[in-house]
Amino acid sequence: MIDDSFIAEVRSDMLRFAQLQLRDAALAEDAVQEALLGALSGERSFSGRSALKTWVFSILRNKIVDLIRVQSRTTNVSALSEEGASLDQAFEELFKTNAHWRPDTRPRGWGDPAETLREQGFWDVFEICLNHLPENTARVFMMREFLEFDTAEVCQTLDISVGNCNVILHRARNGLRRCLESSWFAPGEKPC
Amino acid sequence: MLTCKEATRMMSEAQDRKLGAGERLQLEMHLTLCRGCRNFRQQMEFLRAACRRLVGRDEPGPD
Repeated sequence: MIDDSFIAEVRSDMLRFAQLQLRDAALAEDAVQEALLGALSGERSFSGRSALKTWVFSILRNKIVDLIRVQSRTTNVSALSEEGASLDQAFEELFKTNAHWRPDTRPRGWGDPAETLREQGFWDVFEICLNHLPENTARVFMMREFLEFDTAEVCQTLDISVGNCNVILHRARNGLRRCLESSWFAPGEKPC
Repeated sequence: MLTCKEATRMMSEAQDRKLGAGERLQLEMHLTLCRGCRNFRQQMEFLRAACRRLVGRDEPGPD
């Protein structure tokens, strides 16, 4: 049941997950290798593939959290505001002077979410959009959404204020939303 | 009355903390009148669902 091809498949999912968050191929490779070895050398037995996958991912998640804690000691927090400037400007341009949506930039309906999430092509675009976010903005977003820190933990780990954290999350979400809207939900449509 | 810009900030924060009763009331009033912001809210929910799916927290059901 747990054969080499299954391990290879899980390994590639893990690598993608680690690379998105660490943005360092070698570091990601090491984290995945250690997590896999840790999981497979244990005495634990698994009731099935998904139980094994959940287990190795939880080990990997912990390793990534450790690495982020180390990295965050050297993160230049002031860069968090600088790198967001172009996203902030793009956000401001979505609105009229009265702070309501411009007719051409008003968010559109995205159809049936379940259907979208089943399409392989969507995941490629999603990954590109995540990688397109500035590094520290992406880090905060992924700590919140992938590692499921609450905002207080994110702030504490990166030594930023709650207000700052909220601004960065809002910026990340809006950046991702706009990227998906233009790259996946409306490809080929005229920019009216 | 909230502006759309303020509403987007509130909808983002709603992903991270429970909004207060006053905030919820203001937001709901705005959403009743604003289709763009209703779409924005669905897009926020979609992002959360996509992230959950990506980390395997929410496997697709058999359908």
